[in-house]
Amino acid sequence: MLSSWRNMTTQERQAAKTGYLALSPWMIGFVIFYAFPILATVYFSMTQWTLVDPPVWVGLDNYARMFTRDPLFVSSLKATTLFVALSLPLKLVLGLMLALLLNLKVPGMNFFRTVFFIPAVISGVAVSLMWIWFLNPDTGVVNTLLHYIGVQGPYWFWDRDWALPSVAIMSIWKVGGAAIIYLAGLQNIPAHLYEAAEIDGAGKWRRFWRITLPLLTPTLFFQLIIELIDAFKIFTEAFVITKGGPLKATYFFLYYFYEEAFRNFNMGYASALALFLLAVIMGCTVFVYRTSDRWVYYEN
Amino acid sequence: MKTDARHFGIQRQLRRSAAQKRARRVIGHALVYALMTALALLFMLPIFWMASTSLKLPREIFAWPPEWIPSTPQWGNYAEAFGKYPLARYMLNSAILVVANVIGGLISVPIIAYGFARFDFPFKHVLFLLMLSTMMVPGHIKLIPMFWLYQKLELIGTYWPLILPAYFGNPFFVFLMTQFIRTIPRELDDAARIDGAGAWGILYRIIIPLCRPALTVVVVFTFVWVWNDFLEPIIFLRDWDSYPISVGLAFFQGRYSVEWHLFMGATLVSIIPILVVYFFAQKHLIGGLASIGIKG
Repeated sequence: MLSSWRNMTTQERQAAKTGYLALSPWMIGFVIFYAFPILATVYFSMTQWTLVDPPVWVGLDNYARMFTRDPLFVSSLKATTLFVALSLPLKLVLGLMLALLLNLKVPGMNFFRTVFFIPAVISGVAVSLMWIWFLNPDTGVVNTLLHYIGVQGPYWFWDRDWALPSVAIMSIWKVGGAAIIYLAGLQNIPAHLYEAAEIDGAGKWRRFWRITLPLLTPTLFFQLIIELIDAFKIFTEAFVITKGGPLKATYFFLYYFYEEAFRNFNMGYASALALFLLAVIMGCTVFVYRTSDRWVYYEN
Repeated sequence: MKTDARHFGIQRQLRRSAAQKRARRVIGHALVYALMTALALLFMLPIFWMASTSLKLPREIFAWPPEWIPSTPQWGNYAEAFGKYPLARYMLNSAILVVANVIGGLISVPIIAYGFARFDFPFKHVLFLLMLSTMMVPGHIKLIPMFWLYQKLELIGTYWPLILPAYFGNPFFVFLMTQFIRTIPRELDDAARIDGAGAWGILYRIIIPLCRPALTVVVVFTFVWVWNDFLEPIIFLRDWDSYPISVGLAFFQGRYSVEWHLFMGATLVSIIPILVVYFFAQKHLIGGLASIGIKG
């Protein structure tokens, strides 16, 4: 690279200098907000540290505790995995179905697009508060409607078995966010492909499987990664609605991390937890990425 | 004669099938509307219920069977909510954070993206990939080290931890803006250069004015994210007075859990700024996002 620098003309060097200058805020930010925290977390994860006293080196003890004798680690990981397994596929499939509907060439569709996207822009806290009230076992809308058809509604967030599915339902309410991204993908599919397929006598169903779905796989891939990362980071809902309960049913991983770090001030152990979640997210992303050449279709 | 008759028959058939097609389309549209309306009503039900509750009398909120629309809407509930909770204060705090973050994004993002989009230099590709990969790093990993650092700098309890990162270019926005600038013809840069504009003159006179859709995405997304952010404020802020609306709301709930009529009013008020921004910007938003072109 240095030799290429020597071979550059004065003008090219000038341009390169301007380029580096333009990038400098990001490079400084990268060091402060990415490189430093990640390296520091690796170090802190091998210490015992309460913020007040200086960190004490303990080697891999935190990891040993995490993997061998921490029931909360296991249960929070279980709850988070269950949440991801419940909400992610539903969100991906329902998001696609909604996007297909919103993509129909019918006048006034913009209105519906606006409506379905609203839940995706409201904050986790406001949504949580709204849903506490919406799913109120006694006077909430859902149980009232269930009562009218003669069904005794569950206790939702206040029931050990229903709390986690309730949080998943709430996250699926935000499916419009996924639908909008799909919609952008759908609108990038060239119309002449459908015309050609129609001339060849391909029916709607066949056109969906042979054109829409393959050409949408890059969008699907993007969504899968984004939603996966997002689902693992579930926190606010548990913090506001259930406080991790009942009986730790919604004690998600990031909530455990938060309590260890900022309630109990076990910064060393919390760092190990944070790093573990980063590894899981990275691992899943790499896995999805690795398998992507088998199912993601690229035009070029 | 024979061909004429056949011709006529085909025409009639065509006309009939056109009418059939039109009828089928009308029925199709009606079905689509019916389905979409039903779905939309279902989706809006939680928001409707919140609005309805916010206008009820205290004794009505736990009444059975519940009233869908209160017989006499209690608009005074909103005044009471504003009087009882420091809602205005919290929303002002959120607004300050939003403005500070938006300014940071508008300053830093175009400069960095301009560097990636318009200049060639060693390691550019590697740096771009590095930036993209930071988009995958979840924010929670930063919390402990940054808390430690901000504590050393005595910034815990101030807004700096919630504002500073915006001034160093959010990678998602830089990516979006870089892609956008690449679509602007380089001939425009060259023309300005001939007129004597330097590299920064081109950025401010040519590039930024043409980037309005991408800048809209930056503004709106920053607004939504900062307004909704919860985890960072609860960690980096200390005083009740400095809380943004998201944290404020969550803490009311713990304190006044029975006043659901006031509480739903407060929640509704808290989402109104988001809805307003969203309604004004949604057209640009979908266009600006589509320009990322999620491809390989």
